[in-house]
Amino acid sequence: MGEPTEPSKAISLQKIYEKMLELLLKICGSIAVVATLGVLYVLASKTLAFFNQVPLAAFFLDTRWTPLFESKRFGIWALVSGSLLITTIAMLTAAPLGILSSIYLSEFAKPTMRKILKPVLEILAGIPTVVYGYFALTIITPGLMRIIPHLKGFNAISPGLVMGFMLVPTISSLCEDALFKTPKELKEAAYSLGARKLSTIFMVILPYARSTMIAALFLAFARAMGETMIVSIAAGLKPNFTIDAREPVQTMTSYIVQVSMGDTPQQSIEYLTIFAVGSMLFILTFTFNATSRIILNGRSRVHR
Amino acid sequence: MISFASNSEGLIAKKTTSEALRPATFSFDREGRVAKFHEQVFMLICLCSAIIPILLMIWLLGQTILIGFSRIDLDFLSGFPSRFAKNAGILPALVGSLYLMGLTGLMALPLGVCSAIYLEEYAQESWFKKLIEINVSNLAGVPSIIFGILGLELFVRAMRLGPSILAGSLTLALLSLPIVITASREAIKSIPTHLKEASFALGATRLSVIRRVILPLAMPQIITGAILSMARAIGESAPIIVIGAASFIAFLPNSPMSEFSAMPLQIFQWVERPQREFLENASAAIVVLLMILILFNALAAWLRHKHEKN
Repeated sequence: MGEPTEPSKAISLQKIYEKMLELLLKICGSIAVVATLGVLYVLASKTLAFFNQVPLAAFFLDTRWTPLFESKRFGIWALVSGSLLITTIAMLTAAPLGILSSIYLSEFAKPTMRKILKPVLEILAGIPTVVYGYFALTIITPGLMRIIPHLKGFNAISPGLVMGFMLVPTISSLCEDALFKTPKELKEAAYSLGARKLSTIFMVILPYARSTMIAALFLAFARAMGETMIVSIAAGLKPNFTIDAREPVQTMTSYIVQVSMGDTPQQSIEYLTIFAVGSMLFILTFTFNATSRIILNGRSRVHR
Repeated sequence: MISFASNSEGLIAKKTTSEALRPATFSFDREGRVAKFHEQVFMLICLCSAIIPILLMIWLLGQTILIGFSRIDLDFLSGFPSRFAKNAGILPALVGSLYLMGLTGLMALPLGVCSAIYLEEYAQESWFKKLIEINVSNLAGVPSIIFGILGLELFVRAMRLGPSILAGSLTLALLSLPIVITASREAIKSIPTHLKEASFALGATRLSVIRRVILPLAMPQIITGAILSMARAIGESAPIIVIGAASFIAFLPNSPMSEFSAMPLQIFQWVERPQREFLENASAAIVVLLMILILFNALAAWLRHKHEKN
């Protein structure tokens, strides 16, 4: 290891070197913490600046969002409702498809089928979202217009559906992990009691995996809410406090994109709105992600 | 667990009564066939749920290729953006994306691997380790557009980098950091402990164990994870739009401080145009982007395969 003549000094040098390296690794490790703090700081400081100019009531007690116009209104609910509407459509599509396909993959599929289907499904999650946006606007919307009367060229249904298909692999793979982890003894106990496959799935496996699957749905919900490009391309840019999915709507994310594409002067109130909207988006997605994590943690404690 | 117990008791109770009431052969035959039929129907529904999204995507991709494929030629690949759809090309966006991806990888890979080594090999079970872990999983859930906002304030304005490639790749590096860390941790975890213990027993220091045993063994898997996360970063548009990347650039980026465009951004800009010709351009650019992604995924799959063989 060290020089034979001065072993103690060499070892201590080596020790110092190792300590320095450990410190360096520790600093790298803390980057994640620093990044989170950075996000929180940027959002909080600019949002405070925003609320110095706009009263809280104008933000939370209004349903019209027109900061880019002459008569400015700052009712965030116009954007939150757009996000919720599209996210709900996406989840209504993705949850049943994702859960059922996970049941197929873990309970019915033969190993070869599983080996083919799983990676192919995963490819769906790897397609860039701008491509999904293109699908929604140029292929799905014209198709839907033939089926649904009074559907506008920009609407909430088409991006919601496409986002739903995009989320299927996310939900499916998380749920499949959960189903797969059901202890073999439980399944065998059910079979030995004379239960058929369907009863085993519905009475043993699904109840066992239930909380993990709910956590997966929360995670997918948060991801849908933060999804940007599909809605920016296909949902229109019209803040709309409505539950009519045939109308164009604007989400929190697509508003931020709209402002970023234009030339809004720095420190103007229009510019500050993206931080207020970003904070709202962060809080909502964080809530859903945290709920998901709490469910998972609670579960691992019970089943350890 | 409690709910399972009560369920299974209900199951037994139902079974015993129904079998006690009817002759065994008859009930078995009929019930069996009905149950088998139900099972088949349910399986079919489940199978369709897995197949429908895939078929739909194949159809959508087919449509895109039909519209866009004939538009791809050398002029398109080597051309610059233009007001006229027929003359427009994707070279600046293509070069910008590759540049962006290279720089992002250069930053995210070392940082992610170092974090993973720290978490797996050095950190004791303490509040600090817990804090890092919570933050990593939290960052993985933060919408990409929020990273764009962070990049805009921190890199573009506070550090005065402007809407440059460097600012863009710093933003994307933060975005892909959680994925790289998680993949690298999995890789390091998968190394058998007895190999590490053997090296320690031979008197190796922690550092040399990391350098001589852990890193060489974990590297293929780490690289695979890194390639996949870079493939994801190259498809990101939202953060790049927010930091102010330009969609109309008539020159090639030549330094990390250059302004830049990127493939997803170029596609977004073309999709927004109402004219049919620009739609063709968008389709063609999508085909090119997807080919790049397929290339990267194939590379990752090949690496994994090679690693598993050894």
